[in-house]
Amino acid sequence: MSVLTQRLRFIPWLPVYVAVYFLFLYLPILLLPVFSFNNAATTTFPLAGFTTKWYASLAGNSVMMEAAWNSLVVGISVAVLSTVLGICAARAITRYRFRGQRTAAGLIMAPLFLPEIIVAVSLLMIVLAIGIELSLVTVILGQTVFCVPYAMSVLVSGFEGFDRSLEEASYDLGETAIGTFRRVTLPVVAPAIVSSLLVTFTISLDEFILAFFLSGTAPTLPVYIWGQLRFAAKLPGVLALGTIMLVASILMLTLAEILRRRAEKRTQLALMLP
Amino acid sequence: MTAAAFDRIADTPSPAKRRAWTRSEEARGLAMISPTFLYALALLFLPVLIVIAYSFWTQNYLDIDRTFTLENYRQALTEPIYRDLFIRSLWISLTVSVVTVVFSYPIAWFISFHGGVHKNLWLFLVTVPCWTSYLLRVMSWKVILGYGGVMNTGLISMGLIDKPVASLLYNSNAVVITLVHSWAAFAILPIYVSLQKIDRTYIEAARDLGDSRLRAFFRVTLPLSLPGVVSAFLIVMIPTVGDYVTPRLVGGKDGVMIATAIQAQFGKGANWPLGAALSVTTMILVSLAAAAVVLALKFIVRRIK
Repeated sequence: MSVLTQRLRFIPWLPVYVAVYFLFLYLPILLLPVFSFNNAATTTFPLAGFTTKWYASLAGNSVMMEAAWNSLVVGISVAVLSTVLGICAARAITRYRFRGQRTAAGLIMAPLFLPEIIVAVSLLMIVLAIGIELSLVTVILGQTVFCVPYAMSVLVSGFEGFDRSLEEASYDLGETAIGTFRRVTLPVVAPAIVSSLLVTFTISLDEFILAFFLSGTAPTLPVYIWGQLRFAAKLPGVLALGTIMLVASILMLTLAEILRRRAEKRTQLALMLP
Repeated sequence: MTAAAFDRIADTPSPAKRRAWTRSEEARGLAMISPTFLYALALLFLPVLIVIAYSFWTQNYLDIDRTFTLENYRQALTEPIYRDLFIRSLWISLTVSVVTVVFSYPIAWFISFHGGVHKNLWLFLVTVPCWTSYLLRVMSWKVILGYGGVMNTGLISMGLIDKPVASLLYNSNAVVITLVHSWAAFAILPIYVSLQKIDRTYIEAARDLGDSRLRAFFRVTLPLSLPGVVSAFLIVMIPTVGDYVTPRLVGGKDGVMIATAIQAQFGKGANWPLGAALSVTTMILVSLAAAAVVLALKFIVRRIK
């Protein structure tokens, strides 16, 4: 009975708090699409009617299109590079035990615990000190440092449940290390890898500070948006662009999550095999 | 080729060679992590070292004078403008981390204890807003809090206020609200992980032995979730101190933080050594502040227990 009364005491406030918290979390994100379809240049209530003209204006904007292309190039490169580096690190950490493991992992994960501006400033200094021209390549190199920790956490959780005896069996049956990785390990961890690619692509697509410091004359989408924010009249167009990016991000993250779960299931299945 | 050689050693189980095998396991682990480690070394560790080196040098127009000097640190620590920026940045990051952790804890607790079979879905819903464009989220808060913004027009149309409130935007409160929103998931996830690790029978034991639900929470659940709370603090507090976008967009004059000054030294101001000294000082100050917070947390929890 005491359990029941306590349950009742909990029901009123906790779900209400959770609902308010989620409203706070989602309100800013839901406002972007609302105003991107609003037939007015200002972002005020009441709404002034439905329009798609802000989206239509994007199509003819060649500067924006170029920035979008830059973002795509950077995003794909960063996703591939940081996932490859993430695979190495995640595999080393889940498969082997060695001295210096914690130090190495600590350094790789450090960007999570550093103010981004300091990472950006230090990269800018080394790039200019060496004498490399700022370009999309420097953005790719910089964002990869920043994305590897995320790739690694996705991949470690995908690799963790993996049964070593499967690999050992493969070695015993005469496969090489590379052959084993390709034919035994890879099929099990493939969903985690795709999930890491999607997550790092999303982060790169939205990343601003590093791109702002390292991009030189070729802007990525966030850098382009930053430039547009100074002009109040450009706001609805930016909101329309933002809505498109938002939908793209959510789609990719949802796909990544579905794949991550499939990876979890697969490693569990692999464990159940005789 | 080396990997194949190690494999052959691994296949022979004699004790002498087993030692060789563990050594090879170590070698293979190191080989495996080295690309990532070297990348981080070259593009994170080395750059940070260069920043530290620069902070002890001086700049004459385009030339760098490499004689050791503490002049940059003297400027960073004594000039009122930088001192104010440091104090405000630390204060904002401290406020943001406290508010974020306090408000996020119940959500992490809810997901861990009442999430049922949908825990993963809840966690996903929490992370989605944090992984959508940071710039756009900050801009969205500008739209919400602005003079002619959503909050004001909404409140007026509801008849709660007569004329727009000007004090919502362009101050440090707006910066705090926006940053709390940005970092919510980063606080929820570590707290959730440490709550998940708690053996539920401990809480039951406390309840069976007569503790009230609240007392059991403060004496069992909270102390055991402390590692998560500590990492939530660190992961929110340290990065927010150097936030650039939020103060620029919603902070106005009263919400300027240190990142703006650092950026200025690498842009218009073009005084790299001073910018480097400001960066290093920021890191040291925020590390000290974070260490103090962690110690205080541990002390408080021990007192409650």
